[in-house]
Order: sequence, then structure tokens, then C-alpha cells
Amino acid sequence: MQDQSPILEVDRLNTTFHRNGRPLPALRDVSFSVARGEVLGLVGESGSGKSVTLRSIIGLARRYGEVTGQILWQGRDLLPMPDRALRQVQGREIAMIFQEPMTSLNPLLTVGLQLEETLQSHTDLPRAARRDRAVEMLDLVGIPSAAQRLKDYPHQFSGGMRQRVMIAIALAANPKLLLADEPTTALDVTIQAQILDLILRLADEMDMGVVLVTHDLGVVAQTCDNVAVMYAGRIVEQGPVRDVLREPRHPYTVGLMRSVPENLPPRTPLYSVPGTPPGLDALPPGCAFAPRCAACIQPCQQDRPGLSLIADGRQVACFNPVTKAEGNAA
Amino acid sequence: MSSLSYIFKRLLLMIPTFFLVMVIIFMLVRLLPGDPAIAMAGDRASDADIQAIRERLGLTQPMLVQFWLFLSNTVQGDLGRSILMRTDVASVIADRLPITVFLAVYSVVLSLLIAGPLAFVAALNRGRWPDAVIRTVFQVGLSMPVFYIGLVLLTFLAAQLRLFPVGGYGDTFGERLYHLFLPSVTVALYTSAIIMRNLRSAIIEVLDAEYVQFARAKGLPPRLILGRHVLRNALISTVTLLGLSIGNLMSGTLVTETVFAVPGMGRLMLEAIFARDYPLIQGLTLTFALLVSLVFLMTDLFQSRLDPRMRLQ
Repeated sequence: MQDQSPILEVDRLNTTFHRNGRPLPALRDVSFSVARGEVLGLVGESGSGKSVTLRSIIGLARRYGEVTGQILWQGRDLLPMPDRALRQVQGREIAMIFQEPMTSLNPLLTVGLQLEETLQSHTDLPRAARRDRAVEMLDLVGIPSAAQRLKDYPHQFSGGMRQRVMIAIALAANPKLLLADEPTTALDVTIQAQILDLILRLADEMDMGVVLVTHDLGVVAQTCDNVAVMYAGRIVEQGPVRDVLREPRHPYTVGLMRSVPENLPPRTPLYSVPGTPPGLDALPPGCAFAPRCAACIQPCQQDRPGLSLIADGRQVACFNPVTKAEGNAA
Repeated sequence: MSSLSYIFKRLLLMIPTFFLVMVIIFMLVRLLPGDPAIAMAGDRASDADIQAIRERLGLTQPMLVQFWLFLSNTVQGDLGRSILMRTDVASVIADRLPITVFLAVYSVVLSLLIAGPLAFVAALNRGRWPDAVIRTVFQVGLSMPVFYIGLVLLTFLAAQLRLFPVGGYGDTFGERLYHLFLPSVTVALYTSAIIMRNLRSAIIEVLDAEYVQFARAKGLPPRLILGRHVLRNALISTVTLLGLSIGNLMSGTLVTETVFAVPGMGRLMLEAIFARDYPLIQGLTLTFALLVSLVFLMTDLFQSRLDPRMRLQ
């Protein structure tokens, strides 16, 4: 566990895209921080803004929309940074891996080239040393006979191996923070655990922070130090994983946890949070979760609850948070 | 697998294709209205003269025998004698072939020089004014007939401003570039419009691809992202289209060469059709078919160089 000051501080991040002339508020007031060596889980349903958060941090979202707020990376704000300066951070200090290993590697280039171009952009290594480093990285992520595979193309690797290649490419320049966007969702269940283990082992060895986007609470429980639950572009609850999962305070977190099938007799109907998340162009005036919430009370319809500190390091955005007794009953 | 054995296999596959092409040519020519013997003999010939010419051309023999003769002579490189030119079809075509090939290559190079950069500018400025201007101009280019653009260019740049010759070919490479500039631009305006539209949308699609996002997240400089990651992937679909457009462009030379008085195969074809010169029409069609097949072969080879997934095992 970490006990240092944060390397990444995201403060009131707002990301807005425009579709057909109308603004879509993809992220609103997202604030969190990551310390060196910390693993932070970002959970939520599809469309809750987990991926957009990562893409806003690494500077991909600003090509498509408007990003405001503050992203302090080791004290420097990344948002006003010009592209040229940002490229010194992208890949070198902050790296990102994507969900789909099938589509995230360029099909026309050898994996060796895709690895070495990162090194070429971020290090002064001569050609031979870059090649050695590329072999070392493929070896590190567990690709057998790495030296021979440099000249292979992505389609010559299996899905799991491709994800390993992507990790090798992302980590080649020794970043201090890894943004992992559902890195195991597209993989076979048997491979998922291997890839997660690999990411965590490397993060530990390289003393690297990780922001892990997932919709799998089981993964969060096993791998993360802290967790932030997102709903409709906002963080609704965050805190240390053990506390949040043992004692969820936001009704949405409770719902998410109930939808994980655990210790159920066969043929028990699966639970799911009733209803669907609101569209970003049709958010209700009050709490975005209110229409689906069993604990919804009068103020929830008109006012939006802000994140407030409820205990040491725990924040929840709810007017009627679940108490311990109710949580157990749910 | 070596690319040499791939090329060899592809060439073998061209044999059945060419058999079919020859069947079609043979039948089409004989479906043309008019009698070549009458055309050759002239208005004042007697029926006996015409009959004699028919026999000399082998037109009195049964169709199958005629076809067999056509086939076996062609395989031996004998395309017959041109009625119009009164000499070997093969040597007539050999004279005209380089001119048309020069015109075609020239047009393709110009098309790519026009379409490539503009497609990039349009795609990178999607929805903004440079995109709108480029697309509108090309839309106009696409909707105007080739011969009309040719005549306009000829009237203004050649006849009035005297910047370019009105017609003809040239002797040196430089002269040919100069003489064939207007006809090539005329063809290229149309071809580049097609290429530009396709390349623009391919680039836009690739710009949003996950591997380009990943390349950006790696902090690569823009010229590397555009040149290495975007352009190559965008070219895959465009190369196919380019091959098809070169096929179109070949038939376009009929019009262009006539308008610009370029002594190439296209103009010769038109003359041969008017003169009912069977052997020449057959020889020219066969040559065009061969050229187009070679273009398709080169397209496939280039594509397999671009895309490792296309390399046959």
C-alpha cells in the first residue's frame, strides 16, 4: 500500500462532447487522486464515463470535445498543455492500455516496430539497444521466444498474447501511471486472471500507479486499494475498497453489488438494478440515479447531491445514504 | 511463400480468363452490324470481288473453324492483318501501345498527386471550410463529362493561351510530358475525384480507429501517426479502387485520345470500329484486356505488400 502524496490529482474534471449541435455532458465534477503504487478502481455501467475519464487524463478526449477542470500530474496541469509538451507525458510518464486487443494494435505493422516506436519517441536508445529493450519487454510480459516474435504481426498472436503485447508497448518507456481501460473484458475468463496478475505484478515491480476501469466488482475486490463508483458521468461514491464493498452507502453501489451472483442456489433469478441509465442528453434535474432508486426521497428529484465526506477517506453523493443495517438487508 | 511463385500462379490463372475474353471478343465482333468485306472492297466492287475478299479473310468458313484459327494464331502471336492499316495488327499495336501506357501512367500519377494531399487536408479538417471547398470542387469535377473538360482545357489553355500543344505526341520524354499534360490532367480530374472521396472517408475512419488512439496515447509525433499508422491503413481500400479506376481509365482513353489527337490505342480502336476492321478490333480488345489484368495483378501484389493479413500462405 501507498502512503505518499498523490502523483495524479484530478479536480472537477468536466468533459463535454457535442452531437448534432447539442452538448453531451460526458463527465461532471469528477475528482480523485492516485498515489504512487496505488491501484484505483473505476467501476460503473457502460456509458457512466469510466473510459472518458481515462481518455480525458491522457489527452485523447480533447480532440473530440471540451475538457475543463484540472488534471495535476506531479504538480503540472495537463489540460492547458500544448500537444507537443503533452506528448512528453503521453507514453513516457502516463501510459494507457485499451479494452480490445484485436483492434488496438495496428494490423499492418510488426509488434517489434510498434514497440520500438514508443522507445524511439521517449528514449535516446540507439537502434540495437531499442531492439534489446523490445525483446526484454516481450519477455517480461510472458511472450515465449520473444526475440523471434518481434517481426510477427498482431494477427499472428492470440487475444491474450495481444493484450500482453499491448502491455509491453505501454510499459516500454517506464511510465509512472498506467491507465487500464477494461483490459480483460475482451478475453477468455481463464486468461483474464493471468492478465490482471501480470498488470499488478508489473505495477508493483515498477512502483507504478494504476487506474483500472472495470465493471467487475470481483476484480475490484481482489486488485484495488481504492474504488470510485461512477454513474452518468459523476462519481457517486468513493473510498478504500474494503470499506466501500463491506459497507456501501450509495444505493447504486448496493445495487451493483447485489447484481454480482455469489453463493446462490442454482436457477435463482439474477438480480439487476431496475431500469436503464439516463441518456446524457436527457439527465434529470436532480440525482441522475433517482428514477431507478428505491431509496429516493423528495429532494432527490429537484436537487443534485454533491460528494460529501462521510468517514475517513469515504465520500458519497446521496441525500439518503444506505445505513449499515439497510445495507445488510439489501 | 515467395512473391515470385505467387505471381506465377496468378499468371497461370489468367489463361482461363483470357480464353473467355477471346470467346467474347470473337462473338462481339461478329455481332457488329456491317460486313468488313464490303467495307474493304469499296462502293464499286462486284459481288464476286466481295466474295473473294470474304474467302481471303476466312469469313466463309464455319464459326468454330474461324474461332480455332483466331485462337491458335493469337497464341502464336499472330493477330492477323489490319484491313485499315494494311499491315500486321501486332506491329500496329506495338507502335501505339507505349503512347497509351504513357498516358495512363501519367494520368494515374497526376491523380495521386492531386488526390492524396487534398484527401488529407479534407479529412483533417472534416466539417470545416477546407473540407467543404475541396469536396464541392471535386463534386463538380465528377459530374462533368471527361470530353467536355477536355474541350474546355483545349480551348483555353492550348488554343487561346497557347500554353500547351493542341495535340500530338512528342519524341523525347520531356516533350511527351509536355504534349500529354492536358489529356492526362483531363483524365486525372475525374479519377482523382473518385480517389479523393474514397481516401478522405478512409482516413476519417482510420483516424478514429483504436490503434490510432493507442498510437496517440503512446505520445508519437503527428507525422509518424499520419504517415505510418493512418495513411497505410487508409490506402488499403483506396488501392482496390485505384485498380478499378485504371480499368475505367483505359476505356476513357478512347475519348481523351480522340479529343486531344493523341495517336494511341484508344483513337486507333475508334478508327478500327468505324472501318469494321475485325482483326484490329480483336487485337486491340485483347491488348486492353491484358493491360487491365496486369493492373489488377499489380494492385493485388501491392495490397499484399501493404497488408500482412493478405499475404497468402
